[in-house]
Amino acid sequence: MATETLTLGKAINRGLRRALEHDPKVVIMGEDVGKLGGVFRITDGLQKDFGENRVIDTPLAESGIIGTAVGLSIRGYRPICEIQFDGFVYPAYDQIVSQVAKMHYRSQGKVRVPMVIRIPFGGGIGAVEHHSESPEAYFAHTAGLKVVACSSPQDAYTMIQQAVASDDPIVFLEPKRRYHEKGQVDLDAPLGDAYPLHAARVVRPGRDATLLAYGPMVRTAMEAASAAEEDGRDLEVIDLRTLSPLDLGPVYESVKRTGRCVVVHEAPGNLGLGSEIAARITEECFYSLEAPVLRVTGFDTPYPAARLEEDYLPNLDRVLDGVDRTFGW
Amino acid sequence: MAKGDPAGTARGRRATPRSARSGGKSPGTDLVQLLTPEGDRIDKVTWSDGTEYSVDFTDEEYRGLYRDLVLVRRLDAEATALQRQGELGIWASLLGQEAAQVGSGRALRPQDMAFPTYREHGVLYCRGIDPIMPLGLFRGVDLGGWDPNEFKFNMYTIVIGAQTLHATGYAMGVNMDGRTGTDDGEAVIAYFGDGASAQGDVNEAFIWSAVFNAPVVFFCQNNQYAISEPLERQTRIPLYQRAAGFGFPGVRVDGNDVLATYAVTRAALDNARHGQGPTLIEAYTYRMGAHTTTDDPTRYRIASEVEAWQAKDPIARVKAFLTRQGIADDAFLAEVEEQAKQEALRLRERVLEMPDPEPLTLFDNVFPNGSPEVDAQREFTARYLDSFEGSVH
Repeated sequence: MATETLTLGKAINRGLRRALEHDPKVVIMGEDVGKLGGVFRITDGLQKDFGENRVIDTPLAESGIIGTAVGLSIRGYRPICEIQFDGFVYPAYDQIVSQVAKMHYRSQGKVRVPMVIRIPFGGGIGAVEHHSESPEAYFAHTAGLKVVACSSPQDAYTMIQQAVASDDPIVFLEPKRRYHEKGQVDLDAPLGDAYPLHAARVVRPGRDATLLAYGPMVRTAMEAASAAEEDGRDLEVIDLRTLSPLDLGPVYESVKRTGRCVVVHEAPGNLGLGSEIAARITEECFYSLEAPVLRVTGFDTPYPAARLEEDYLPNLDRVLDGVDRTFGW
Repeated sequence: MAKGDPAGTARGRRATPRSARSGGKSPGTDLVQLLTPEGDRIDKVTWSDGTEYSVDFTDEEYRGLYRDLVLVRRLDAEATALQRQGELGIWASLLGQEAAQVGSGRALRPQDMAFPTYREHGVLYCRGIDPIMPLGLFRGVDLGGWDPNEFKFNMYTIVIGAQTLHATGYAMGVNMDGRTGTDDGEAVIAYFGDGASAQGDVNEAFIWSAVFNAPVVFFCQNNQYAISEPLERQTRIPLYQRAAGFGFPGVRVDGNDVLATYAVTRAALDNARHGQGPTLIEAYTYRMGAHTTTDDPTRYRIASEVEAWQAKDPIARVKAFLTRQGIADDAFLAEVEEQAKQEALRLRERVLEMPDPEPLTLFDNVFPNGSPEVDAQREFTARYLDSFEGSVH
């Protein structure tokens, strides 16, 4: 078993490489993905090895990246589009929600657009505005799109390959503040044996309350669980991984045991993923709940200036405060 | 007259294009025309870049084009009538644009791929698709029923201009597949209107197609109005001239001249299939009816303008030419009329018989790989429908 220690960013790079090797119809397209290797270097070295027709530096226009990828998909290609930063995806919004998401449905199944739209998302890197947003709810709200978020190098490596292999159009969210965090990655495991793409996973078992997170907040939730241990609380942490469709089976099971649930995400709370999750848990686990499902989220403000982002983002203290509140009910 | 627009776009004051007045070979023009509104043939037209446009049809082919024009107009009229009678929710009529659509549609080869808007019923007809198909969309029983891959004619696109990027991406794929550079190479055509020329997507498609040398023809039917907005609200230069700024050829053709639209489109498609990249065609035409059956064009345009364009009718001029040349006699014209009438009647009968879709098909084809959430909603809905007495679902 070829296991290596890789950063999350490098793990995606290796996953993309395998996808390009595996299927000649896979192409990567976006701004700066070629010679530069992407602004985060996620596509580093791929154009050099696969050529300009497989790793395509495009003009600077997001709608054009997604719209031409639709045409390439209709032609039989499997494009992987890179959007440089979360806040830059909005110029492509129409193409994603009106075109990509609906092609299969509108054509009564005759047209497929097996695209992956990679978006480095979330804050915590001290960037200027439009570089730290969490747009997942916009896409999760759109039928016809699947939305996933990776949180560990191993998941990043396998999930990107699974996303490329899927015939569904997938918005693939990468936690940019975790790009440099390292973990063990099994590079040779067959994709067929990998944990399913659209499945949540318990990443820390516990008895007393359930913490739900995805993407960059999984690590924060894990840190909170470790800290809560010192208070004698045994928290279960679930990495949602799939945001649309939600895989709430493991969540219901967990909450029915623990009776308490706190959902954590960076995106604003109002109509965010946490709202939907809280409603669904209430429907399914009503008689098991010891407290309402609580949310610890970003605020309903525009993403603030970098010197304020530590106040905006859910951090260890805010998550622990949410845990305290659920036990205080 | 709008500044810099030689054909004249000012409302009610459109001048007759210079080429319309000339007979025989034109030494250079700003509008390619091969058949005048009076039905006079122009053998050959030289565009300002030196390209020569001409057609050489057999009598049978001329008659075929006439038949297409009449049928397409008649079917469109039937659809408009069906809407007025409450059988269609809405209809986007092509009245006045038959020549632009039949000319360009007949210029396509079987291997070429088309990306339409929602008004290309004439091109759809030329691609061999059952004319009932778009009526399902406008009746609300489906979202477009044909197979885009089988007919090489993509789904209608309602969002303005979005399909020009799809066409460009598809054309990039044609390049990547090595399917250009020969006589049997593939080309792609993207249809859009004058209003779409203002959209970001269309401009991005121009940029993409230029830098990737994509084999795509942008076929803009300038019908003078984007719903109620006149051309002056979209541009201050003739639309075909936009192409120069993106680095590829632009040409303006009389969109009411089926011969010229055929010649210009065929040449542009051939250039594309031979690896010479994109072309912008501005088919200068006029939407004789409303944008759709929901608007009232008398609120935004004057009768004299409509009358001026009636004199340039795309079918009347072909009829005059065919009759004068002895290519078509009264018997032929009557036979075409009768065929159009019968096909329209058949279309009407079939529309009235179109069944509403089964409720549970609502959940079909959301994803190729399905979704547990959608599946659960389908099951819930099935149980709900079953709960009604006498339900067959």
